[in-house]
Amino acid sequence: MISLLRKIRAAGRVAEPAPPRPAPLPAPVAQRARDLRGSAQVRCVDAGSCNGCEIEIGQAFSPVYDAERYGARVVPSPRHADVLLVTGPVTVNMAGPLRSAYEAMASPSLVIGVGDCAIDCGVFAGGYGVHGPVGDVVPVDLQVPGCPPRPDQIVEALRRVTGR
Amino acid sequence: MSAADTVNLSSVLLSGGQVALVLAGAPLLVGLMRQVRARLDGREGAGIWQPWRDLRKLLRKTRIAPEGTGPAFRVAPLLAVACTAMAAAVVPLISTRTGLGPGADLIAVVALLTLAAAALALAGLDTGTAFGGMGASREMTITALAEPTILMAVFALGTRVGSTNLPQIVTAGVQHGGRLASPASLLAAFALGVVVLAETGRLPVDNPATHLELTMVHEAMVLEYAGPDLALVELGAAMRLTVLLGLWASLFAPWGIATATGPAALALGLGVLVGKLALLAVLLAAGEVFMAKLRLFRVPELLAGSFLLSVLAVTASFFLT
Amino acid sequence: MNLVGSALAVAAGSAGGAALAAVVLPTRLRVVAVGALNALMGAAGALAGGAALAGESFAAHLPVLLPLAGVYVGVDALSGLFMAVAGAVVLAAGVYQIGYARHAGGGRGAQALWPLFAFSLLLVPAAASVSTLLVAWELMAASSLLLVVSGHRGGGDSVRSAGVWYAVMTHLGLVAILTGLVWLAAAAHSETFAGITASAPGLSPLVRGGVFVLVLIGFGSKAGVVPLHAWLPRAHPEAPSHVSALMSAAMVNLGVYGLVRVGLDLLGGGARWWWLTVLILGALMAVYGILQAAVTSDLKRLLAYSTVENLGLVLLGVGAAGAFHDSGHDELAALALAAALLHTVTHAAFKTLLFLSAGSVLHATGTRDLDELGGLRTRMPVTSGLFALGALGAAALPGGAGFPSEWLLLQSLIHGLAVPGITVVVVLPIAVGAVALSAGLAVATFVKAVGTGFLAKPRTQAAEQAHEAPVSMLVGMGMAALVCAGLALLPGAAGAALRRVVAGSLPGSGAAVTGGVAGRLSALGSTLSPLWVVAGTLALVLVLRGLLRMVARAPSRAAVLWDCGAPPPTARMQYTATSFAEPLQRVFDEVLAPESDLDVTPHAESAYLVERVAYSRAVPDRIEHRLYNPVIHTVRRAGMTARALANGSVHRYLGYGFTAVVLLLVVLAAAQ
Repeated sequence: MISLLRKIRAAGRVAEPAPPRPAPLPAPVAQRARDLRGSAQVRCVDAGSCNGCEIEIGQAFSPVYDAERYGARVVPSPRHADVLLVTGPVTVNMAGPLRSAYEAMASPSLVIGVGDCAIDCGVFAGGYGVHGPVGDVVPVDLQVPGCPPRPDQIVEALRRVTGR
Repeated sequence: MSAADTVNLSSVLLSGGQVALVLAGAPLLVGLMRQVRARLDGREGAGIWQPWRDLRKLLRKTRIAPEGTGPAFRVAPLLAVACTAMAAAVVPLISTRTGLGPGADLIAVVALLTLAAAALALAGLDTGTAFGGMGASREMTITALAEPTILMAVFALGTRVGSTNLPQIVTAGVQHGGRLASPASLLAAFALGVVVLAETGRLPVDNPATHLELTMVHEAMVLEYAGPDLALVELGAAMRLTVLLGLWASLFAPWGIATATGPAALALGLGVLVGKLALLAVLLAAGEVFMAKLRLFRVPELLAGSFLLSVLAVTASFFLT
Repeated sequence: MNLVGSALAVAAGSAGGAALAAVVLPTRLRVVAVGALNALMGAAGALAGGAALAGESFAAHLPVLLPLAGVYVGVDALSGLFMAVAGAVVLAAGVYQIGYARHAGGGRGAQALWPLFAFSLLLVPAAASVSTLLVAWELMAASSLLLVVSGHRGGGDSVRSAGVWYAVMTHLGLVAILTGLVWLAAAAHSETFAGITASAPGLSPLVRGGVFVLVLIGFGSKAGVVPLHAWLPRAHPEAPSHVSALMSAAMVNLGVYGLVRVGLDLLGGGARWWWLTVLILGALMAVYGILQAAVTSDLKRLLAYSTVENLGLVLLGVGAAGAFHDSGHDELAALALAAALLHTVTHAAFKTLLFLSAGSVLHATGTRDLDELGGLRTRMPVTSGLFALGALGAAALPGGAGFPSEWLLLQSLIHGLAVPGITVVVVLPIAVGAVALSAGLAVATFVKAVGTGFLAKPRTQAAEQAHEAPVSMLVGMGMAALVCAGLALLPGAAGAALRRVVAGSLPGSGAAVTGGVAGRLSALGSTLSPLWVVAGTLALVLVLRGLLRMVARAPSRAAVLWDCGAPPPTARMQYTATSFAEPLQRVFDEVLAPESDLDVTPHAESAYLVERVAYSRAVPDRIEHRLYNPVIHTVRRAGMTARALANGSVHRYLGYGFTAVVLLLVVLAAAQ
């Protein structure tokens, strides 16, 4: 216990200083996201990703990037969520579950596609098990490009939703 | 009927004030605890107002009625919050002169909090999902073992005063501060402390930050709620934590609670209450950093231990007075 | 003849009328006529009891009815309380019967027996002499036994075994009561209660103690005292529900009545060890009963075990009252006794409601296994609502009937500090622990009963095709529900009646329980107003709802259940009663000792592939297993051995007779 205390004191604040506030959301999305200002609960859906983006999302909520300070929080059910973070090209088997996760959310809700695969299937395009990009299954409001995107890009997208 | 029985306006207002205070302050308490934990984790934290931002947003979202759910599912969050609010009206948090003092006692407070838990468990079962049932079953197992401990602690405290009415117990605590250090009181304080953790779903019994299905207790039960209903559920959980911590503080550290009705005494009571709650919350949050969650089937051992302590507390209150 | 006497006469007349109508009338008319006459009997009985509670008393001697002794009838406030409870239960169950008889217990014989059983429940508390009490007791035992086995035709082994268990246990109980009371009457040189009361103080402690132990065994077995409870969870589930309601809500109470009447009234209290024994037995019953109830999935068995629990709480109160009385704390004793009696009344109210609702479920689905129910909420809304009200009472939560009475019981124990003596100091904390533990487990038990039986989705076709009960059954249940609600909100209204009963049984006790129509209970320093608590909570619900309406204006929408992306959840994925109770069962593994059996059948082609897995688990009544089975085995072995003596040869029997006569002569000669 004492050693843990010592470590806590030695580590101090590991969160990096907050970068400047990102640009506001495009007008039509901002209209819908008005009620999500200051607070956005996040549900992650891996629709067929290689798990690269998942690791970066995990980093985004780690102490260093600390997405929680901007009002974002990961929740266990799409019922509790405002934002669906979807990664990967949508595989045939995940198209249905992704749609039902989207439908399970109470409006207003947003969908963020994370990673190149979510935008255009990336290197998996044309694969036999690939259904298509996320946009083919559910309407995507924001996209985070990159393979995988850096955690600060993911944090930035979430900050644009919460406006903090 | 004695003079204390007459319900006058000021005491009813006082009860209402306590309810409003708990209603408004509970999310802040949760925010404070999250903030403390965040800082100890090396994070920046979202600030103590974050739970209120979450609630505001949830209230503006649409309400979802999952198919196949009935009145039990719809009413449960309201009933849970109302029961907790009722408990907040009875417990002398700021002053011993609350309006419902003679109408409800410590046993009633325990029963009200249990009723709130039972209502949510029924709602979990009503959804007919595996998670709902799982959460309800676990929550009820914990409640079934926690409620006896609280009752025993109540008993240990009530025996000495000869009453279970809270104003009497708290007044006795204020007037005879030495009694609070008696073995019975200390044992009861420890037993009740453990149970407060169990009843509010904190570590090591339940992890409020976990989202892993196999380890969820409280959250599994309320997985189907969305929007305003979810806001009520979260508010109810926060109020439960506040009321139980407040109860603990009133029973074992009653200093500063107003026994008169003057505005100065009330202001002092309010300030002291906020201070005590904040202190307890900080201690609790800091303590959680050092703890891992117990396996579900180890939890009963913890609760059985605290039950035993409370039995000892009762015995001590008989022997050593 | 005053009101009590005339009401009793009316009850007797309608009981006879009902039995006669059951025998002679044609089927269609019979059901209605018998039900109406039964309800009339119940109303008359409740009226008689109510009048006695209001202060009237009645005594009569009918020499012609019983040879040698004659029938002595005497009704005081204590009898009145139990009579009023029994009458009210009979009234509700009588109305209920009109609809239920078409389903079960509607045969001519069963219909004719029911009024006799019901009337015997009124007669036992009215008995004022030992022989009258014994005759009424045996009438009650025999008629209820026949009703249990009349249960379900084709019920098979379970009904038969329940009948045998009940017959043996109830008659062993009768033997104990008979021995005890006859001993008492012989020692007191009188067989009327008045005579016994007069000469009881002069009896030797040995006689008093012996009599008390015997009646404790006898009346205790009726009240379900652990370990004599074994008949209760067998007989109550197998009996038709309007019979189980009478048994569970009225008959078991008479065990308490007998104990209070003989122990406190006739013997005038006694040594402290009597009452501490009662108290410990009560605590044991409370915990053991609710623990078994928590893990069973048979709805009526659950209710039967809950009866053991509640009677345990009552006996705990009676024991505490006796112990306080013994140490001279009459005010405390009065409070404990009042709590015990109030709990008897509230238990009768909610248990009637619960058994009648369970009968309605059985009527609609044909099963009482909670694992096979579910989803009854939409199919039988009234029954579900009423069951939930009863369950609230049984869980002793605010708004339920059990809450005020358990509160009062705790209040009486909290002052136990006043009683000196090391035994009390050791026993009381354990007793309080038992009350607390049973309260906690009761909540889990009844959340299970309501949640898995009535909410969620139906798990079998039987539950899916359930239908609401006919009006007469709903009316019977509604009556019980009204009493439940009244007791939950305004228990203080019973204060005056309770005071009278307690003053009659414990001479010299003060007025410990006060309360009036205002609905506040006060007990030596603590006060509680259940009405305030419930009204306040409901008001807060309304206020919150209003606030929510103002703040949350977004529309509502329906959605499918969140299925985690998998195909829609089916009813089989739900938690059943067994799975709900699994964690609790695991926690109390050591106490319950469940038996589970896992059978894995590998595939023919490879031992690594599993073809079938069979898993079964049962939680047997451990006390029954450990205690009764050895006894039963010994008796059976003895019987087998004795068989060799009787081989059918007349010569041998003549030889036995000759030997016996010679032995007798030798003994006589030696005695001379």
